[in-house]
Amino acid sequence: MNDGSPHELSAAYALDALDGDEREAYETHLAGCERCREDVASFRTTASALAYDVDLPPLPETLEHRIISAARAERPNVVPLRQRVAIPAAALSAVAAVAAVAIGIWAIHLSSSLDHQKSIRKDQKAVIDVLSDCSRTPTQGSSGAICVAPTEKAVLIADSLPAASPGKTYEAWVITGKHVQPAGLFPGGAGRKYVLLTKPVRAPAKVAVTLEKRGGVSAPTTAILLQAEVKPS
Amino acid sequence: MISLRGRRTERSQATARELAHLSDEAVVALVARSDEHALAELYHRFGRLAYGLAFRILRDDALAQDAVQEAFLGAWRAAGRFTAERAKPSTWLLTLVHRRAVDLVRREERRRTEPLQPEMEPAGGEAPDAAELATQRQTIREALRRLPAEQREAIELAYYGGYTQSELAERLGEPLGTIKSRMFTGLARLREELGEDARVRVGPA
Repeated sequence: MNDGSPHELSAAYALDALDGDEREAYETHLAGCERCREDVASFRTTASALAYDVDLPPLPETLEHRIISAARAERPNVVPLRQRVAIPAAALSAVAAVAAVAIGIWAIHLSSSLDHQKSIRKDQKAVIDVLSDCSRTPTQGSSGAICVAPTEKAVLIADSLPAASPGKTYEAWVITGKHVQPAGLFPGGAGRKYVLLTKPVRAPAKVAVTLEKRGGVSAPTTAILLQAEVKPS
Repeated sequence: MISLRGRRTERSQATARELAHLSDEAVVALVARSDEHALAELYHRFGRLAYGLAFRILRDDALAQDAVQEAFLGAWRAAGRFTAERAKPSTWLLTLVHRRAVDLVRREERRRTEPLQPEMEPAGGEAPDAAELATQRQTIREALRRLPAEQREAIELAYYGGYTQSELAERLGEPLGTIKSRMFTGLARLREELGEDARVRVGPA
């Protein structure tokens, strides 16, 4: 232990118990020592558990504002985010009854249920990737929006569509010209639901939702409940 | 039929309502994209713990606020380099807070003679995750209690007191090697006590 080997400093480093020079020297060592990086990562996890054994005074009221303002002030130094336009939808004309090939229909929805959330973390990431950089077009017919990322991946946000009755399901559609593609099934229900569409949305295109029999269909058979027209930026 | 309601530019920052559903990792991913709502969400999740930790070390409201602010700004700048494989977001953030607080306490030399004596009453349980925090607190407390006294002392003085290993050697009148050994063995044992799933157990889900 006291042989001066830098390997043994991983615990002290994780506890922030090295002084400035020691820390600097150890970080130089870390850069070239995979084993030490693993040790440190594991010890950091243990050390940060210690943070849970502190009393929790009320948060100072202005601290959040201070932090957000300071972060905002720094933003010009960050990579500027591209601005794109989202144009509210025109009403969707009747869906052309064009047969579409149904390929692997699936969809997800996010609920606030913790278990559910954990089980779909991976899919959730895809939803987040879309939501964090997308053009948003509000839907008509019912409250919601379509978010389309530059990758053409899209997420439908549906607010409080009544839960589909037993034997029924909501089905999303991506309509490009006369080409109608099924883009996912979801059950609806109270609150906000996110549906990662299974088809890309390449503007100009329309996204629509109908209520169909359980299991979904390959072309819409009922009236459109919710729709949005995604226009090129 | 409304054909055009004017060209509306909309930077799609996720709203607070959307963010509440997300995993910590997803929120950090949004922070990496300079989404300030996501930064606020991160603060809502961990601000209280961060401030509690900084206050425990610094014993001063203004300094604790500075430490927390610097840590969150550090997170704002570095979120793009956060890798979920290495650490949970809670570990990452608490590490930032701890380091800021320790650096400040050393700079300010504000440490009191007895840094381990908690001064504040635990705040009321109005936070929605209070029960979970209490469970985690209980877990770490029990794990600490099972450590040999001298290992626990070295770890607590280092983590909550902000002492360096050399300062500890001087304070406790032990050779530096002994202090290093206590910290290493103690932390390794604590890791064992907290179990293989310590990664899962620390941090609000």
